[in-house]
Amino acid sequence: MTPEEAVGRLRSGMTIGIGGWGARRKPMALVRALLRSDITDLTVVSYGGPDVGLLAAAGKVRKLVSAFATLDSIPLEPHFTAARQRGAFELVELDEAMFMWGLTAAVHRLPFMPIRAGLASDVMRVNPQLRTVRSPYDDGEELAAVPALRLDAALVHLNRADVHGNGQYLGPDPYFDDLFCEAADAAYVSCERIVDTADLLKEAGPQTLLVKRAFMDGVVETPNGAHFTSCAPDYDRDEAFQRAYAQAARDPEAWRAFADRFLSGDEDAYQAAVAAFHKEEA
Amino acid sequence: MTTKATRAETCVLACAEAWRGAGEVLASPMGTIPAIGARLAKLTFSPDLLLTDGEALLIGDVPAIGAKAEVVEGWLPYRQHLALVATGRRHVMMGASQLDRHGNQNISCIGDWTRPVRQLLGVRGAPVNTLNNPTSYWVPRHSRRVFVEHVDMVCGVGYDRAAAAGPSATRYHRIAHVVTDLGAFDFETPDRTMRLRSLHPGVTVEQVAEATGFPLTIPDEVPYTREPTDAELRLIREVIDPKGTREREVPPA
Repeated sequence: MTPEEAVGRLRSGMTIGIGGWGARRKPMALVRALLRSDITDLTVVSYGGPDVGLLAAAGKVRKLVSAFATLDSIPLEPHFTAARQRGAFELVELDEAMFMWGLTAAVHRLPFMPIRAGLASDVMRVNPQLRTVRSPYDDGEELAAVPALRLDAALVHLNRADVHGNGQYLGPDPYFDDLFCEAADAAYVSCERIVDTADLLKEAGPQTLLVKRAFMDGVVETPNGAHFTSCAPDYDRDEAFQRAYAQAARDPEAWRAFADRFLSGDEDAYQAAVAAFHKEEA
Repeated sequence: MTTKATRAETCVLACAEAWRGAGEVLASPMGTIPAIGARLAKLTFSPDLLLTDGEALLIGDVPAIGAKAEVVEGWLPYRQHLALVATGRRHVMMGASQLDRHGNQNISCIGDWTRPVRQLLGVRGAPVNTLNNPTSYWVPRHSRRVFVEHVDMVCGVGYDRAAAAGPSATRYHRIAHVVTDLGAFDFETPDRTMRLRSLHPGVTVEQVAEATGFPLTIPDEVPYTREPTDAELRLIREVIDPKGTREREVPPA
């Protein structure tokens, strides 16, 4: 499947979960395909990074569910901060652990999960829809009831996958990509390389097989498809490019030039423009 | 004899003290000086501390700032890190864009949340941290912009808010220390409001009061923050931070 075909399965108005974390192993090629599509009015559920920034800059986000948006080595995501400051979308701001619990509830087909986090904080104030739940046991504790974060679709990027959708991460952290896929009605994985099923264990042990084909609806081979976020061990974050992205994002004029140069063509054109960028920088 | 400690080095020591007596728990420092402090604590008075590489690995050695660890002793991806928070076996030192006298902290946004004047990081893990494991704060530039009467968005929960929310919120809640470039603070007062615990050498009580946007509890006798020993100074300067990154976070006074 191509990035366009995967995105062709999505519709405006959907609730879409995006895997990875901050500026780490984000399905950026799929996000770029979303930018090229006319899909809009999305509810985006993400441990936010430049995925959120790019979609917000393109005006495709109606509502964001997140605990943060960051570029990691650059603490603030400039498109996200600008979009918030102009009131560009609705925000459901949750704590990082609440977010994980919401996804977990969706995976388990439960209406909510109880968690201590959130109580007494302004997360409860800015999300008046959040309720608490009282323990039926002797402790009688009152805890936050995080509602299930059920998704229409999930987009994740992994190091390897077979054509059936068995996906493998090879870096130090799985992040929450399996939860995103299992919480979604349909999930699409992009990967650095599609390999034969029989070869999946050649590079690492079975515990790296993070997502199962039963939860996967499409596999896309996108070499360098997490660029400019990190995709260890295949590649690290492209810090020079990320700096250029962040700098351009702070100024509308510069952003137009950046988008013209990098985001006006298809994925091959993007990768060629990135290669040219590095040649210039060298 | 080593020369006198710089302000940054005093701050490192004050941060390290947050992990004294912590035992076998994860030290989660955010910021350069807290990271040096946690490593100093591990190399001296709190050898059982667990440290991470800042990503998904628990490291078995104590590398210099910016250097790679050579020994990995465990795996701590984000999902396990969040679970570890809930076990309580962790002491985190977070930053704060705003902090009030009850210890409520904000890193999310400045102004009205619905349309902030300045969007910052978001709540991140501050709510889960403060309700589950001991939490301290590091503020490299002590000012009225940070130490405010009321924070705009309560991310990290303070004592008044925890008490109002009831036993589930207070059960594991503890704001241990606040360290700034001017001094060290705690909440060891009857009404759990911020108290000046020690002044860094060269700082006056008036200077701290002037830089704080709420009434601070100031004891009659305020000690100075302990000077690092020669051995501690050597560890900071030669082993943990030979490149002097600490001086960039807190320039010489």
